[in-house]
Amino acid sequence: MSFDYLKKNDRVIYYDNNDRALYYYLKRVEPSISLCIACGACTATCSAGNFSSLDFHKIMLSIRRGEKVYIAKEITQCVMCGKCMLVCPKNVNTRGIILQIISFLQSYKI
Amino acid sequence: MDNNLNWDKFEKEIANNHYYYARSCIRQNFFPGAEEIFINILRNNLKKDIYDDPKHTTCTGIGYHSSIIPLETTMTVIARQFSLMNEAGYQNFVCSCVTSFGLYLEVLSTWHHFPETLEKTKKYLKEATGRTFELPKNLVHASDIIYKFRNELASMIKYKLINFKTQEPLNVVEHVGCHYAKIFPESGIGGAEYPRVLSGIIETWGGRVIDYPERRHCCGFGFRQYLVKSNRGYSYSHSLKKLESMKPYKVDLIITNCPGCNYFLDRWQYVAAVNENKLFGRDNKAIPVLTFEELTAILLGYNPWKVGLQMHQIPVEPLLDKLGISYSKEEKYFKTKAPKIPTILNY
Amino acid sequence: MNTDVLIIGGGIAGLEAASIINKLGHKIILIEKEKQLGGHVALWDKLFPDFKKADYVIEQIQANIDNNITIYLSTQVVTITKLNKTFICKLNNSNTIESKTILITTGYDIFDARLKEEYGYGIFPNVITSVELETLFKNNKPILTSHGRTPDRVGFIHCVGSRDRKINNIYCSKVCCVTAVKQAIELKQKLPFVEAYCFYMDLRMYGLNFEEIYNESQEKYGVTFIRGRLSETSETHDGKLIIKVEDTLLGRPLRMTMDLLILMVGMIRSEGTKFLISELNLDTNSSNFINPTDEHLLPNNTNVKGVFVAGTATSPKSISDTIADARSAAFFIHQYLLNN
Repeated sequence: MSFDYLKKNDRVIYYDNNDRALYYYLKRVEPSISLCIACGACTATCSAGNFSSLDFHKIMLSIRRGEKVYIAKEITQCVMCGKCMLVCPKNVNTRGIILQIISFLQSYKI
Repeated sequence: MDNNLNWDKFEKEIANNHYYYARSCIRQNFFPGAEEIFINILRNNLKKDIYDDPKHTTCTGIGYHSSIIPLETTMTVIARQFSLMNEAGYQNFVCSCVTSFGLYLEVLSTWHHFPETLEKTKKYLKEATGRTFELPKNLVHASDIIYKFRNELASMIKYKLINFKTQEPLNVVEHVGCHYAKIFPESGIGGAEYPRVLSGIIETWGGRVIDYPERRHCCGFGFRQYLVKSNRGYSYSHSLKKLESMKPYKVDLIITNCPGCNYFLDRWQYVAAVNENKLFGRDNKAIPVLTFEELTAILLGYNPWKVGLQMHQIPVEPLLDKLGISYSKEEKYFKTKAPKIPTILNY
Repeated sequence: MNTDVLIIGGGIAGLEAASIINKLGHKIILIEKEKQLGGHVALWDKLFPDFKKADYVIEQIQANIDNNITIYLSTQVVTITKLNKTFICKLNNSNTIESKTILITTGYDIFDARLKEEYGYGIFPNVITSVELETLFKNNKPILTSHGRTPDRVGFIHCVGSRDRKINNIYCSKVCCVTAVKQAIELKQKLPFVEAYCFYMDLRMYGLNFEEIYNESQEKYGVTFIRGRLSETSETHDGKLIIKVEDTLLGRPLRMTMDLLILMVGMIRSEGTKFLISELNLDTNSSNFINPTDEHLLPNNTNVKGVFVAGTATSPKSISDTIADARSAAFFIHQYLLNN
């Protein structure tokens, strides 16, 4: 017998199960990533953010949590304008980080 | 384990005798033996006076929480319950259902903080039925009474909550209904974080209380969620979260005091077993879910089938075997036809 | 006995005020309820932001205490009565002191984390307070979980007992955020492979060099800061802790296994302050600490003439604040004694 109940998927971040390889890679190639405090200045000024769901400070947080699927889906919307780098108060090399993310995801085919 | 710094000194007032019993809609329909056995335990074993009024009605909790009955109607129905209690000559109100308990407390609190609503209710009741009412002196839930007399019952029970072959205490999960203490923490024994009402009973009777990560997570009953079939998956997911969290602890028994929680934890295990082949208890079996009245009754030696344990969807025989309680396989369904049990639960 | 100033409380506030008032030529009696001086600072290992030793600060302050200051240890006030302009104070060592002024430096008490039962302190053995961690640092003890292993993951929970209406403490205890950063750095220095997480609501890095050590903790030591308040702690069946926190910046709930949880407990009004408030009929502020007459211009005066206050008896303060406050109190007392 089938009960047709659709089980809802958890939206919890299960930190223990997430793979943070991307974060450790970025820490090595772009150490300024450690300084990000997710203040949101980058997202506020983002050109692509006006018309797409690109939210760079959320991507920075997702990198630290290991949420690869979300990052892979969103990061390609960046237009590489570089405005985020101009406003970051901590001098994080945001544009460099984006290029490194894309390269990492491509080489690991995520 | 359950050490409550502030709640140790706080004693909830529970009356000693002369109770007016208000039954539960759900418990009566799904597990009818439970309430009858509670009355029997109080009368025959504890020699207390408890009044079972045929004239009382539902408290309208289901309707109120699903927004189909307005608050004024609920207040008037509750006022009528109190009026019946006065008429029968009682001042101590005992609810069987935790949702009722929460609703009565809510209404009493509303009447206390907004006296104009009390005046209106008096008017409505008078106009609708010609009755007047006085507030009860003491309002508790039925599990509070078992908690109060747990030591007396400990000396009366024939079986302790231990595996009688190995003498090891049984691993018991206790699940207290949300409306018991989460709304008015000071009205629940032990407060809202670590309610003592069921864990106190389990520990006094020899069991081991299991503290697992999703212990205080709601079972997902919540009226609105399950009433419509398309939403039921949401309730199912909540109970599943709890059950999956319990799995590593090799649980022998779940005890609840809320009829809704009891029904859900029982039924969703059945659904999980049949749909997804998942079992969550010790030795890869499902976990029997008992109400506190049913547990008290079988420990006191009442016949498990007269208590109504065959109405549960998860078979209770493994638990009865562990406790050392003898039961008759033939008597299980009396003269009715036994239902078809899925293979995964047929052990 | 007669004196110009009776200082109640032998922590750094009382000691610093005593040394200055003494140099200004007034007679002082200082009483301390414990067996030793130094208050809470004597318990700490290293201080923020430059990691100097707490003992060094106490030594420097005590070095200024001249011999002519009378100090009574293990002594408390039993009653105080005001007679015209003199305070008649009965002590528990049967002495009675008649003093022209009183300086209250009774400091703070540490919040009892058992009151936040959902955090698991006193229930799960792997939940400890920042004070207990500091004691482990000071005594050079190894940092181990209750199973005797080195932890792989340690979490610091900010705002325990502060900014919380459920316990009636709505104020901020000021120094816990920077202490968490300091302790996270010290922990990483001791155990370089441990993962350290700080769970905060707001990060209060208000002072000189605080932002710098915050940067250092992220850049050099890899401490991860997650904005979200801990809702509850549970235990797994192998004795580790599971914490449930909302990752507010991502907007999703987060569940994580921790080996050790450090609760950053805040400051609450001390029992000594409570007694003096009722004995002298002092005004209190909304946090139940002693209310100074004017927080900008008269931070050491109270509503009772001749009664002064310094240090954390009025509100949570850092050590730098306390020392400055004690010196300011010394000046006001000196002025008062000259004019009366």
